[in-house]
Formats: sequence, structure tokens, C-alpha cells
Amino acid sequence: MEINKQDALFEFVLRIADDSLILGHRISEWCGHGPILEEDIALTNIALDFVGQATNFYDYAAKVEGKCRTADDLAFLRFEREYKNVLLVEQPNGHFGDTIARQFFFDVFRKLFFEELAKSTDEELAGIAEKSLLETKYHLRHSSEWMIRLGDGTEESHAKIQESVDTLWRYTGELFFSNEVDALLLNEKIGVDIAALKRPWEKQVREILGEATIEIPAHAWQQAGGRTGVHSEHLGYLLTELQYMQRAYPGMEW
Amino acid sequence: MDMKNINLEDKEREFQAKIDADIRIEPNDWMPDSYRKTLIRQISQHAHSEIVGMLPEGNWVTRAPNLRRKAVLLAKVQDEAGHGLYLYSAVETLGADREDTIDDLHSGKAKYSSIFNYPTLTWADMGTVGWLVDGAAIMNQVPLCRCSYGPYARAMVRVCKEESFHQRQGFEIIAGLANGTPEQKELAQDSLNRWWWPALMMFGPSDENSKHTAQSIKWKIKRETNDELRQKFVDVTVPQAEMIGLVIPDKDLKWNEEKQGYDYGEINWDEFMNVIQGNGPCNKQRVDARRNAKENGMWVREAATAYAEKRQAKKAS
Repeated sequence: MEINKQDALFEFVLRIADDSLILGHRISEWCGHGPILEEDIALTNIALDFVGQATNFYDYAAKVEGKCRTADDLAFLRFEREYKNVLLVEQPNGHFGDTIARQFFFDVFRKLFFEELAKSTDEELAGIAEKSLLETKYHLRHSSEWMIRLGDGTEESHAKIQESVDTLWRYTGELFFSNEVDALLLNEKIGVDIAALKRPWEKQVREILGEATIEIPAHAWQQAGGRTGVHSEHLGYLLTELQYMQRAYPGMEW
Repeated sequence: MDMKNINLEDKEREFQAKIDADIRIEPNDWMPDSYRKTLIRQISQHAHSEIVGMLPEGNWVTRAPNLRRKAVLLAKVQDEAGHGLYLYSAVETLGADREDTIDDLHSGKAKYSSIFNYPTLTWADMGTVGWLVDGAAIMNQVPLCRCSYGPYARAMVRVCKEESFHQRQGFEIIAGLANGTPEQKELAQDSLNRWWWPALMMFGPSDENSKHTAQSIKWKIKRETNDELRQKFVDVTVPQAEMIGLVIPDKDLKWNEEKQGYDYGEINWDEFMNVIQGNGPCNKQRVDARRNAKENGMWVREAATAYAEKRQAKKAS
């Protein structure tokens, strides 16, 4: 199927925005329940960064689409199959180790991705990427440090974080999903060569997991579907909560 | 009278003289045990209130109606966690251990603001909590910026700046609803109806029934009495409600020309006492949530400690 540049750009930006929104939402579920007060503050701050990123990318997506939809319309008023986030970010928080492992895998990817996107010939996109990259570096430092602490902490924490890695590993392959949207934008020097991020991602993940004494799972099967709108069962419940006000009180301003 | 008692009396006299001269008491200064205990009780209660206070608002973070509101609410809850952190640090300057004071919260020994035992049922409550609860907190806290104990007073200066932003964003939400659609106005009025009286109770028992007030005023830990602060709050808030067309749920509320303030109806002190004693609608859920956070996070804190020790050992070898 032929896809035009405008549609491709809209789809591309939406994927980034959806990743940020859904992960930000998940992290925000920790609010008030963190394992230590300092982490409550850190997690809330990270959630806030992701909501901010989502807002910037949705604003731009809305502009690219040019159909008078707003950032909020895109965030709150689409149906489940229209969300294009990866499966990884919609996975439930689980315990703190699950949240950290999910975050770590994503942060390593996001840093590499934004470093490339910051070079985009689309200046607006490059600008948002550059701003987001600053935050992402902090997020990555935070999640890497916790990976190491938990992995090389106590026997209990090691077992727990190893299990988190084993469970979430199957969702990491999808981070490198690309299709004709990416090909077209790469050709236009707007997009990112996502497949090329896989090796540096693996290298960095191995480094931290090595220091954390965590083993990389042997099983190779990777789940996918989020980028084409085929999600896990978790997303429906997340959206039910996220969209509650907009669905219950259609068209009102808050 | 033996020498020890004479010395103690001298010290107490000197201490009171410093207070009377508005000289700040600092952590290493001598202070009466009862002053120290009163402060530990008050500041840790205040810290617990900030932390428990994250829960009723955290309850709406995942359901905020748009991106901007979601971000502002997250920022607000994050501020509250930050306030908790400064206040626990202030308690530690008095020689109390943060984790011990937190355990007192979980065992029910330590109290926190009664208001957080009420449920946040609708989005409008995010407006009302900011407008009334943070508004009442500011009334209580502004005088604390002049508290005789230095670390507490300084923490309060920072806290008050952020609280006033919280109060404004709450009022902005509720004013928007009051001027919105009929459903939105109804949400706003219903929310005011539910929060008005609990907000008045935030100032604590009436002066005649407040067992700590007189001593705290003498020590300049407290600068104004519960009833004085409550009156100020009513006088500031009633015109705000009128301005946005909401009705304060008090049939006895009327302007008193002579005192240049509002007269208001009798507070339901039975309800207040019940909530303080643990029988509010959410007491159990709030304390359980905090206790669970601590228990579920135990392995995480243990891991962090174990890792830090390993690193220390590596460095040493």
C-alpha cells in the first residue's frame, strides 16, 4: 500500500506520543505507593516528564494531521486499536522491579532513538526530541542504577529482578519494529533508522545487566502487535480509566 | 531544691527569654524536653499529612480529564511528597528517626490531618481539595513561617510558596466548573457541600477544647489560635464562593457587621472526633495504603542497603 508523507509522519509521531502517554500513565499509578519517599518523588517526576513529552508530540501530530483535532482529542478520544504504542509500555506495574525493568529497557531505546531523531530535518520534531533527550538521560540513569542495585543487592532482590527481566524480555523486540512509514521518513531524512538501534541497544543492555549480575533470557520469541494496534488485554483497562472523564462528559472543558 | 533543679529552672527561663525576644531556636540549642516533644509531634503529624495527602489526589491522577490537568495534578502531588521530605528532615533535626515516626503513623499512634480521611469521589474534588484544603493549610502554615523553631519555620517558607500555587490551581478548576455546563456546576456544588465542613474541622478543636494551644502559643510554635485561623479562612473563602456562584452549605452563615467577619454554624464535633479516632470514611484505606507501600518496598530498601555495603566493602579492599 502506498502511503503519503503526511500520513506517514502523523503515524510516526503518534507512535512516539502513545509510547510516552501510556508509559507515563503506568508510572503515575505509583503515585503515593512508592517503596520509599524519594522514589515516590522520582517516579512522579518521571511520569510528569512523559506526560509532557506526550503533549508535545500529540500537539505536533495534530498539526501534521490538519483535521482540527487537538492533542487531547488524540490522547483521550481514540479507540483501543488506534493506539500505536509498543506492548512493553502498557504492561502492568507489577512490583517495583517489574516497573524498573520495563523502564530500563525502554529508556535505553528512547535515548538512542531521540539522539537520532534530534538530527531530523524536520526541525519541530528535532526540537522536541532534543528536549526529551535531556530528560531521557536522567530516566536512564535512574533505571540503570536501580537495575544494578536490585540485581546485585540481596538474594531476594536478585531473584525478583531476574524474573522481571525474564518476563519482559519478550516485549523488547518490538521496540525495533519498522515498516513502510519508517522507510519513507528515513528516505526523507525525517525519521530514524530504527533497525540500526538494535545493536547499540543490546550492547548497552548487556553492559548494565552484566554489572547487575542479571542473565539475559535464553528464549528468543518476541511478542509484537502494539505498533499495528493489536494490543495486550491490559490496554483496554488502562484506556477505560484514562478516558473516563472525556467519555462520561463528552465535549466539556476542564 | 537541689542544684540540678535550679540549673534546669535557669535554663528554662533563659529559653523562654529567647522565645520572647523572637530569637530562633536551632537544633543544637538547649530546649525543654516538652518543647522538643511537642515539635516532634506537630512536625511529624504535618509530614504524615503531606504524605497521606498524596493519596486522595493520587486517586484521580490516572483519570484526569486532559493532558494539562494530568500534568498539573502530578506536579502538585510531587510537591506534596517533597514537603513530606523537608518536614521529615526537620523532625530529624530534633533527634527523631524518620522511619520510627512513619511506624507511629502506621500503628495509629501518630495522627495526620483529618481531612484526608474523606474520599475524592469526583473530578470536582480535585478543585475543591486545592481550593479549600490547601487554602486552609495556607492559613495554618503562614504563621508557622514565624515559628520559634528555625528548621520548621524555614521549611514552612518553601512549603507556603508551593501551597499558594496549589490553592490557585484548585480554585481555577472549581471556578471553571462553576461557570461550565449545568452538570459541571452540579459537580462543583456537590463537591463544596461535601468538603466545606471537613475543611473547617482542619483547624482543630475550638480554643476552649484545644489542650495544646496555650503552651504552643507561649512557645511561639503556634502564633494564632484554632478559632482565629478558622475565622480568617471563612472570611476569605465565603466571598470566593459567592464570586463563582456556589452556595456555602451553612444556613447560619451571615455577615456580622460588628465583628467585620462572618458568623457560621456549629461544627459537628462528634464527626470530627470520630474521624480523629479512626472512624472516618477512609481512615483504614489511607493507613493501609501507606503501610502496604512500606511493606511492599521493604525488599527494595534492603537491596539498596546491601548494594551500598558491597560497594563500600569493595572500595575498602
